[in-house]
Amino acid sequence: MMDFDFTMLQQIGYIASAILFIYGLKMLSSESSAAKGNMVSSFGMLLAILVTLIDVINPLLMLSAILVGGSIGAIFALRVKMTSIPEMVALFNGFGGLSSYFLAWSEFNNQTEISLVMTLTYLTIFIGGITFSGSLIAFFKLSEVLKNTSNFVNSASRWMLIFGCSFALICILQIVLNVSGLLILEMDLIRIIFVCFLIASLITGLAFVLPIGGGDMPVVISLLNSLSGIAAALAGIIITNTALIVAGCLVGASGLVLTLIMAKSMNRTLYNIFFVGYAASGSSDAEIEGEIKPITAEDAFLVIEAARSVLIVPGYGMAVAQAQHVVKELGDLLENNDCEVSYGIHPVAGRMPGHMNVLLAEANVSYDNLLEPKDINPKMDIVDVAIVIGANDVVNPSATEQPGSPIYGMPILEVYKAKTVMVLKRSMSSGFAGVQNPLFFKENSRMLFGDAKESISKLVAEFKE
Amino acid sequence: MEIYLLLFFILILAIFLGLELISKIPSTLHTPLMSGANAISGITLVGALTLQTDGALQMVLAFCAIAFASINVFGGYLVTNRMLKMFKKK
Repeated sequence: MMDFDFTMLQQIGYIASAILFIYGLKMLSSESSAAKGNMVSSFGMLLAILVTLIDVINPLLMLSAILVGGSIGAIFALRVKMTSIPEMVALFNGFGGLSSYFLAWSEFNNQTEISLVMTLTYLTIFIGGITFSGSLIAFFKLSEVLKNTSNFVNSASRWMLIFGCSFALICILQIVLNVSGLLILEMDLIRIIFVCFLIASLITGLAFVLPIGGGDMPVVISLLNSLSGIAAALAGIIITNTALIVAGCLVGASGLVLTLIMAKSMNRTLYNIFFVGYAASGSSDAEIEGEIKPITAEDAFLVIEAARSVLIVPGYGMAVAQAQHVVKELGDLLENNDCEVSYGIHPVAGRMPGHMNVLLAEANVSYDNLLEPKDINPKMDIVDVAIVIGANDVVNPSATEQPGSPIYGMPILEVYKAKTVMVLKRSMSSGFAGVQNPLFFKENSRMLFGDAKESISKLVAEFKE
Repeated sequence: MEIYLLLFFILILAIFLGLELISKIPSTLHTPLMSGANAISGITLVGALTLQTDGALQMVLAFCAIAFASINVFGGYLVTNRMLKMFKKK
């Protein structure tokens, strides 16, 4: 009887926590209520954990594991730099997947005979495994430990991926056949196949992400984010736990929406992103006319000092140079100089969705100054100076002008329509897409070469004189 | 078997609800959304707490499942909170 009361209480707790999760996400739809929304969501989690803890089998083991994991997580969260958030999110996607992987593995070990639910156990392990190993690769690519791989590795990986998926399918079919009695395997043999399956799902994840270029990592981590949620939801079905299903689906949906937004912002299909890659998807041999016009910091200062409206377009280069604070300082000086300053943020600028927004928020830039392409593009011709800081592909006019270009059709920030474009760049190397940028050769473009942070610091110093 | 159909029903509804909720979140907040989603995916902690722990392997699996989920829960919520506090309007 006591047992029954516990489960009843737990179910009610899970319903309440589902409401809190949903409400928390709803509050995330506005910047002003977002921080509270996160609190609400965390209370939902606390509630779900507490009602589960009432009735655990091995409290000492459980609590020590929470303590270990919790402290590692807290250290990560408090130490990580805002420029490294993409790496952290990638790693956490992986941990989420790994947790579901272990959960399903443990559930498998509890089974004494084969049943149809086992197909879900396999599926959870497969998705959890892919999420974990894929996220690790994404993590190493984002932290630039792992550079882009050779063509040989890429095609080998893709074959590996096909092989891994087929193997997984056979393993799952094998369960179905066993349950229906068409195939009768000993439980021992099934256990051996299961161990192979555990390894195969990890290898499949590696093979999936390895060939994808660094520039496409925002899409990859969004997808892995989604998969970590789906793995949790499937795990929830195996252990018949509604809290896991609801929360897992919310995460799965969230990652899916972000994945689709990213793909749309690049005007590419998911198939192209995951299985073809930028370089292979078209050639751009169109001749670029015009010449590069470098500019010194002193001259650049004179240009922006005279400007009445400035649009700052940050990209990954700003994150690498950690230039967000000095950018904000420049923005303030311009505003004091009676100039209107806004920021143009492309959805795929940086290494994850919304990356630039977080960096600028860290530097105290008001979020209502951050504009999306659809808001700023119509007003581009009244912008005196567009300052492009370490962004490349998202301002590449080939996307609108050259039908043969691999990035043709991608919505961009049309900075070339501004009266003057000032591009801060370290060198003339092309962006992640590997496409030459005609913007740099336009009549109204000026190139300010050097590290973004140093260049802007020089401009700031000029202003203060 | 009926229970699984019911659970699938919940799954489908939750996915549609999720899609509706998330598509209303402005792109400014997509990074905190992702780290917040990391935290929520730590819900596997709740499942991991109910695991059997007979035998060494099962103990290790339960410990790992709980520990990794806890990293997500604690790390995810803390870092999201750190980020969201920075979003200010002048």
